[in-house]
Amino acid sequence: MATPIDLHEVTEREREAQFRTPLRVKVCNSTSCASAGSGAVLQAVRELAEGEFGNTVAVSQTGCMGLCSGGPLMRVEQRGGGQHDYHIVTPISAERIVRNHADHGTPTAEHLLDTSMPFFARQQRIVLANGGVIDPDRVESYVAHGGYAALAKALTSMTPDEVLDQVRLSRIRGRGGAGYPTANKWALLAAAPGPVKYVVANGDEGDPGAFMDRTIMEDDPHRLLEGIALAAYATGAHRAYIYVRAEYPRAVERLDRAIKVARRNRLLGRRILETDFDLDIEIRIGAGAFVCGEETALLASIEGRRGTPKLRPPYPTERGLFGAPTMINNVETLANIASIVANGGDWFASIGTEGSTGTKVFALAGDIVNTGLIEVPMGTTLRDIVEEIGGGIADGHTFKAAQTGGPSGGCIPARYLDTAVDYDSLRALGSIMGSGGLIVMDDRKRMPDVAKYFMEFSRDESCGKCVPCRTGTVQMHHLLDKIASGNGGRRDLRDLEHLCAVVRDTSLCGLGQTAPNPVLSTLQYFRAEYDALIGATEVSDA
Amino acid sequence: MPERPTTVAIAIDGVDVEAYQGETVLQCARRHQVDIPSLCFLEGVSTMGGCRLCVVEVAEDPRLRPACATTVAADMEVTTESPRLRSYRRSIIELLFAEGNHVCAVCVSNGSCELQDIAVRCGMDHVRYELRSPRRHVDASHPKYVFDPNRCILCTRCVRVCAEVEGAHVWDVAHRGHGAELVTELHQPWGEATSCTWCGKCVAACPTGALSHQGSAVGEMRHAPNMITWLVAARQRGEWTEPEARR
Amino acid sequence: MTRPRLATVWLGGCSGCHMSFLDMDEWLFDLAAAVDLVYSPIADVKEFPHDVDICLVEGAVANEDNAELAKIVRERSKLVISFGDCAVSGNVTAMRNPLGDPEAILQRVYVDAPDRDGQVPRAAGIVPALLPQVRPLHQVIDVEAYVPGCPPPADRIREAIESLLAGRRPPATGESIRFG
Repeated sequence: MATPIDLHEVTEREREAQFRTPLRVKVCNSTSCASAGSGAVLQAVRELAEGEFGNTVAVSQTGCMGLCSGGPLMRVEQRGGGQHDYHIVTPISAERIVRNHADHGTPTAEHLLDTSMPFFARQQRIVLANGGVIDPDRVESYVAHGGYAALAKALTSMTPDEVLDQVRLSRIRGRGGAGYPTANKWALLAAAPGPVKYVVANGDEGDPGAFMDRTIMEDDPHRLLEGIALAAYATGAHRAYIYVRAEYPRAVERLDRAIKVARRNRLLGRRILETDFDLDIEIRIGAGAFVCGEETALLASIEGRRGTPKLRPPYPTERGLFGAPTMINNVETLANIASIVANGGDWFASIGTEGSTGTKVFALAGDIVNTGLIEVPMGTTLRDIVEEIGGGIADGHTFKAAQTGGPSGGCIPARYLDTAVDYDSLRALGSIMGSGGLIVMDDRKRMPDVAKYFMEFSRDESCGKCVPCRTGTVQMHHLLDKIASGNGGRRDLRDLEHLCAVVRDTSLCGLGQTAPNPVLSTLQYFRAEYDALIGATEVSDA
Repeated sequence: MPERPTTVAIAIDGVDVEAYQGETVLQCARRHQVDIPSLCFLEGVSTMGGCRLCVVEVAEDPRLRPACATTVAADMEVTTESPRLRSYRRSIIELLFAEGNHVCAVCVSNGSCELQDIAVRCGMDHVRYELRSPRRHVDASHPKYVFDPNRCILCTRCVRVCAEVEGAHVWDVAHRGHGAELVTELHQPWGEATSCTWCGKCVAACPTGALSHQGSAVGEMRHAPNMITWLVAARQRGEWTEPEARR
Repeated sequence: MTRPRLATVWLGGCSGCHMSFLDMDEWLFDLAAAVDLVYSPIADVKEFPHDVDICLVEGAVANEDNAELAKIVRERSKLVISFGDCAVSGNVTAMRNPLGDPEAILQRVYVDAPDRDGQVPRAAGIVPALLPQVRPLHQVIDVEAYVPGCPPPADRIREAIESLLAGRRPPATGESIRFG
């Protein structure tokens, strides 16, 4: 029998441990930094600490600190305050940095990161609060930073309805892309009859360049588990699934470990934290299909069937997984819940804008100085994100467009840089918030090529069930290829625009319905580029 | 005597009609002789909603709705024909013709093909899109039947009929997107599929020349999707009268 | 007033559409009275003339000669009509497309299949080279109207020509556009 964790005791123990060593070194071991060589850095620092420095230096891995373009990142904390972040560290420079701190108490200027720069200063971290702070593999580390306090609070002093009320007050909207009010989904599941209900966390993040959910699952898995537990408590579910794409083996591994640890500590399983609430969570691994991010396809995949979307209604909250009422929430949505319950829905609603509350995590990528993972209040302008946080366009070029929403989104031109980034403004511009991929493009990028790239993606990820998406994306890609290579005529452009309407209006699921968006938005804002390309073959069009 | 179903009033193309509670717009329209085009729908098996030909406009609904999967509701106003719907349907048919190798002139189903008929109805006098000309191999390994994937539109009627009516589940869809294809068993030749009962329901249900009887020459194939509908209804009622509308 | 100048062209097809054209029987006399037939496989004219009013094109664009003639037809005709399924959709002529490289097909047809001494016919300037893919006419040149059918029945052809002579589009609805 698992023993319930004593949250207070663990917290105290962790805090004491912090004062045991004069120096604590945390090496970002998130996927980006790991691919830049953080594993070797971690090993070098560990060997140094264990050998030469005995007990005076504590070394741990930590989650994403955000500035992926500066990886591997390392943080050195001194007892009694003082914290220094370093970027682009190598095993050799890391040793030197630790030595300087340990022997002389001085930072090493060479790799020192200016944390007052806008990239850090302009962010507000809720979901990513533990990045650079906790060790993702240690539940104690999560608990010491407030983890599971919200769950304990909910289970011991709140009714399920009261939890739901806080979510409603927060006015949080789904972080998966469409922005459906989360509380409405919860209420539907809570109201659904029957003893068997499911909560599903959608971790099938598949937009090119997006890695928000991956980071949450890898670097703060317990935050997700706590969010799921709160959702299940509020809606009366006792079973939950986390659907993770197979391309995220590290996320699967860490979630798996986190679930086992949570069960052992009675944070999952029967009588959670010695209350009457039972919940178990299982991981289901996808097989590499983007379309499985669509709710009904995801459920089919969990059931072990072919991952294709189904007609709605019935909606999953009526008849979902294995025929039972089911609620699917995005990983980032669920990762916000513990903070909402801990601090209150009003607190959350005070961040961001009226229609889009809270923060949003973006994977900032493209032709920009600082790339990585950022979390900003909703309503931050695109200009702030690109020029301040992102540090502007790299290599002396100028901003041309920002792509949001991946293959379902659109390209926003420079004249809308002052747009506040929220669900409704992005939609008004012909793009969508999406799950949080944000690709910045400079003046060298040709928009028909961009549209073609995303169309190729949608074409290859179409499940093939409905005709317009299966075959329309093939033809749209062909036409884009023809136009982009200078072989298209006006008739091709006309056929392309018509197909955009057909596929958007007649496709079965969101993948097809939004697949034309990259074409439509680039046509809307960069039509001259298309016109220039078809100009050469004008003659063939009588 | 079966109970008379509860009815609601809906309007189809401006004409008020009586709809049965719980039926779909497609069923209601067909009862009232409004023939909304459709290829994947087959009365008697589950609804797939994949061909998208039956999309209709519903008043005060910004989205088009597939008539096969939209349940009637009181005072619903449905439009089944409009310039937009006509142009979309024609495009969908053109997309299908461009996708496979549909050569009517040499097809076993020439003259009795649902795809061909709908192309005529939708005014398809040519195909605007690039012919994909995929290379697909005919499976003639079965002693009684032939599967020609060149003529397959992936409506999955065969898959559903085989799984739901015959209970054999020989057919399924493999791969995805433009690579999607029908397979028998785990992509074995049909003739080696031990789960096949030779019942021929898949062939009866097929709307094109993709599934045919061995030995059929051009234009000789006659499918019988209504037989499936009749069979399912007969099983439900327990009455085995002669099918009225056998093709 | 001059009579409309009519041409018919035979590209990559079996000539079945022209056979069906001849099946218009006695109406051909009326047609002969109404138009000048200035170019056709059934008339001995070597070069496609200028200032053609209506040109019916049978067959798909399968080889270099087809492609060249199609462009001349377009330049010299007011109205170009895709005449029959091969011109309209590629049809039987395009059934080689899925097989890919034409060279491999020629090898199979002329060398591997028939007998020991088979050889691929090649004569520069006489035997035109096959295009990599057979294409419907409208994907090579612009086309004003389509008369599908394999072949289009004689009365469908007559209906189309009558419409064109009356300054209307051929019917593009109902059974007039059935393929096959």
